[in-house]
Amino acid sequence: MKAGSNLEKVINSGQFAVTGELGPPKSADVSMIKEHAEAMRNYVDAFNITDNQTAIVRTSSIGVAGVLLQMGLEPVVQMTVRDRNRIALQGDLLGAVALGVKNVLCLSGDHQKFGNEPGAKGVYDIDSMQLLKGFKDIRDEGKFIGGDELEAPLSVYLGAVANPFADPFEYRVDRLEKKVEAGASFIQTQCIFDIDRFKRWMELVRERGLHKKVAILGGVTPIKSLGAARYMKNYVSGITVPDELIERLQGAEKKKEEGLNICIETIQQLKEIEGVAGVHIMAIAWEEVVPEIVERAGLYPRPKL
Amino acid sequence: MITAERKPLEEIFEMLVPYRRIAVLGCGTCVTVCMAGGQKEAEELAAAISIHRKKEKQEASVEAFTIERQCEFEMIDQVAERLKGFDVILSLACGVGVQTLVEHLPELIVLPGLNTKSMGYPVEQGVWVERCLGCGDCVLHLTQGICPITRCAKSLLNGPCGGSAEGKCEISKDTECAWHLIHDRLAKLGLLKVLDEIQPPKDWSSSHHGGPRTIVREDVRLESGK
Ligand code: SF4
Ligand code: SF4
Repeated sequence: MKAGSNLEKVINSGQFAVTGELGPPKSADVSMIKEHAEAMRNYVDAFNITDNQTAIVRTSSIGVAGVLLQMGLEPVVQMTVRDRNRIALQGDLLGAVALGVKNVLCLSGDHQKFGNEPGAKGVYDIDSMQLLKGFKDIRDEGKFIGGDELEAPLSVYLGAVANPFADPFEYRVDRLEKKVEAGASFIQTQCIFDIDRFKRWMELVRERGLHKKVAILGGVTPIKSLGAARYMKNYVSGITVPDELIERLQGAEKKKEEGLNICIETIQQLKEIEGVAGVHIMAIAWEEVVPEIVERAGLYPRPKL
Repeated sequence: MITAERKPLEEIFEMLVPYRRIAVLGCGTCVTVCMAGGQKEAEELAAAISIHRKKEKQEASVEAFTIERQCEFEMIDQVAERLKGFDVILSLACGVGVQTLVEHLPELIVLPGLNTKSMGYPVEQGVWVERCLGCGDCVLHLTQGICPITRCAKSLLNGPCGGSAEGKCEISKDTECAWHLIHDRLAKLGLLKVLDEIQPPKDWSSSHHGGPRTIVREDVRLESGK
């Protein structure tokens, strides 16, 4: 056990884990996000909170994590290297743990040009690999990146992201291996729409035995409309939406329902793939369907550990 | 070389309003090669300023001339007396040249006519690319001659991020993903193993983040400089 979080316990018990994503608001009014979290309370093992996602200014991940902790819910704090240098990132790790956060997900973050402050100076002092390794060393060696020692030990369950749909494809498994070495205990993947490519990636993952060293949570997103699918295909960096999926939505009478069906089918397929330890549901701007997805995918009730 | 682009004419006209005797000073090195601030550009700009001033009925005398390098005191000395005869020097050198002029001849008013862009080179006629940020601790030996600090939009050191698609960077389909290039080059050279190693955080204190940098070489310094 690294930190004894609920997520870690579910993963270690070998049961199929479920996490849900929450996107903080563009205001300090957290009533809506609290409502969404409340509705998902018994349906996910932990809540992933994005860090100024797509470089749009929002309530901080740690701030929302604090709110969730007050509600008795378990957050996964996302931390990108885009906006903070190693001083701020390490300080925020300490702050998050002090608040009661047990899960932290390390990532690069979308480039600032995509957001609502495109003139911002990108920090990128360290990269996501170095962040992960730095946090691992803080936990396991009691040392900061610069070598100075912590005054007291801390525990944290560390995760990272993987994108099987990015290029070069052959390198993506090397990169996963590197992240495992750097300290990732769990991996959240980019949204899976191209299940065939995901399966190919998982084959390579299994060939190297990486599925035994790290818990891979497959990312899924229910598509609400044809427009949303097209938007993701054309404008969201790092996401591949196959034409067949677009056609299937096009042919469907009730797009929303079909989008939901596709998502649930994907989860069912994920459950069958050897080495997939769980699912991460990213229903941004459609949070209310998460309970239905979890139930229909046969993942309800969630284990109480 | 250092690459630069001429500032928009409107901006230049605006900053010259208070001055009557204007020198447009070209620089014969990098900015000549990148066609932004050589003798030809200095003459063209001087002509544009004259026409504009005539149109605005604001008196002005504008002269264009060029020295080999504005970033060397000795070369500035060659035209020092001439420069003192003007109300303002519109320098068509990079930002370094402008500052060298001011430092060497503090009595002059020197304004920048260019926006200095980067250290790079022309990949084809009319296209200049950025290739080095002068980070002070070169890693090109690890990446086989492709700079991730400069060419990766996130200055990553441990391989391509999740935004890399079909060889392009997530910031634009017109920008190559530096890490895709590095990956392919290492693969071709049979050196992919290099990427398996976790590169530690970079020590940015050797870069500009450590404050403005000065190189001191005692072995070549003149006695008088000590
Ligand atoms: S590693 Fe540093 S010095 Fe070398 S090319 Fe890149 S920015 Fe320039
Ligand atoms: S896509 Fe490539 S060049 Fe662009 S930020 Fe990611 S790794 Fe760097």
